[in-house]
Amino acid sequence: MVEHRPWNDIIAYAILTLGVFIVAFPVYVAMIASTHDAATVVGGRMPLSPGGHALENYYRAIFVGGSRTAPEPVGQLLLNSFISAIGIAVGKICISILSAYAVVYFRFPFRKTAFWIIFVTLMLPVEVRIYPTYKVVADLRMLDTYAGLILPLIASATGTLLFRQFFMTVPDELLEASRIDGAGPFRFFKDTLLPLSITTISALFVIQFIYGWNQYLWPLLITTQDSMQTIVTGIKKMLVTTDELAEWQLAMATAVLAMLPPVAVVIFMQRLFVRGLVETEK
Amino acid sequence: MEKSAVFNSSRLLPYALLAPQLIITFVFFYWPASQAVLQSFKREDAFGLVSEFVGLENYHALFAQPEYYRAMLTTLVFSTLVAGLSLLIALLFATQADKNLKAAPAYKTFMIWPYAVAPAVAGVLWFFIFHPSLGTLARPLRGLGLDWNPLLNGNHAMTLVVMSAVWKQIAYNFLFFLAGLQSIPKSVIEAGAIDGAGPMRRFWTIVFPLLSPTTFFLLVVNVVYVFFDTFGIIDAVTGGGPAGATTTMVYKVYADGRLGGNLGGSAAQSVVLMVIVIALTAVQFKYVERKVQY
Repeated sequence: MVEHRPWNDIIAYAILTLGVFIVAFPVYVAMIASTHDAATVVGGRMPLSPGGHALENYYRAIFVGGSRTAPEPVGQLLLNSFISAIGIAVGKICISILSAYAVVYFRFPFRKTAFWIIFVTLMLPVEVRIYPTYKVVADLRMLDTYAGLILPLIASATGTLLFRQFFMTVPDELLEASRIDGAGPFRFFKDTLLPLSITTISALFVIQFIYGWNQYLWPLLITTQDSMQTIVTGIKKMLVTTDELAEWQLAMATAVLAMLPPVAVVIFMQRLFVRGLVETEK
Repeated sequence: MEKSAVFNSSRLLPYALLAPQLIITFVFFYWPASQAVLQSFKREDAFGLVSEFVGLENYHALFAQPEYYRAMLTTLVFSTLVAGLSLLIALLFATQADKNLKAAPAYKTFMIWPYAVAPAVAGVLWFFIFHPSLGTLARPLRGLGLDWNPLLNGNHAMTLVVMSAVWKQIAYNFLFFLAGLQSIPKSVIEAGAIDGAGPMRRFWTIVFPLLSPTTFFLLVVNVVYVFFDTFGIIDAVTGGGPAGATTTMVYKVYADGRLGGNLGGSAAQSVVLMVIVIALTAVQFKYVERKVQY
């Protein structure tokens, strides 16, 4: 550091603490709201300290469901979110590591074409082609199925690009060495390339899990049964009613539950998360 | 760049390896995207039974709608506010976290976790705090004499949506700004200090210019974020209302197709959006190439 002035550090701490406060406040309020009973929350004079109804609210949200607005208990929705988020992450990793392997380690006609066909998908997020995609999924009879929740979201190039980039950094000597040992494409992939890719795979998994978990528009469109919703789309349904009837304490408990898994992933796998985020954006 | 050591013996294997991704991409990407383009030149009756080719009629109808220009304007205002504010705030926090503080790593963790919060959930959290009748912060606002009601007042609704979107995006921008700041060589800054430049002067004449690739990259990413990822926030907080005050272009694609049943018009809007995104992506790639030389 060039100069060290105590007041400079104090200002930095003050600004950062303010930042952390702003970042945490909405979540804190939601957590508090999920521990009070309905009357306290709706009354508009909710205290900023925890109430005594936490167990009751979370139990009702997860296993029973709201009485009027959201009959479906959140437990099922949490399960749906887990299945689709993990499905999206694993599915994307599987198809993209294979296609990257083909593009990098093989020479064949139309190789460049195949790469560009995949590459172009980067440009158009699912939001701009929702209805035609909906129609395809409906024609394939995938509405209200996990396949319908997962497959359209893994059609993207980010994973392929990430693996391609990583494979390019793997020294050529490794391939030559394993060829001398008599290894074919399968053995080289399984014994050499896959073990080397573990960090890249984990980083991509973290990013894709969060991406899959936080999907909103797509699950909203293709699920018609309440039991197939994800938790993120379920919260909205709890609030679609006249405000007096919305059970805010349950909605806030649901919001906390919906945040927990992806936030835990970011906090406990911070290194992988940062790596995945920075590298998928390259 | 190409690998020099490759497998040449297998003829069919590479196609088999590519097949899963190509099939999924064709079924769920190229087919629907081409359908969107086709549909934008057609008109369907309410039951989807008859569709006829109408040429550019959907586009003419679209650009004759005052609501469409309003959605464009809303999108412009919304994206300027969200991108501008979240970049500024994140830069402020990142410059502080870049100082040699003992607790800097802890602050970093505390700043980045909102990235993991779903946009729709972020919207619900902010809606709850600023809910006109039960919000924790709505009461003080009323105490100040402001008739706060995002359910009825379009500007209030826009403010709320902007706050939620900025809150959610600070984490991302913070992370990239911090990485950018930490990659600036300390020697350059020390050289500035030896020449007698104070902290502010050093920031504006040395740090900020060196950070410009990061800033530009983030600007593009943020605009794309505002266009698409904020759908969840808008739908959860305002549903595009009140009276269309928070209907962005993406929200209108959704609302016209679903609520209005106007699939041709919705498809035409999709195509307009596609053109915008492709233009943005092209700008981004041009920048990426420049960074390689940088």
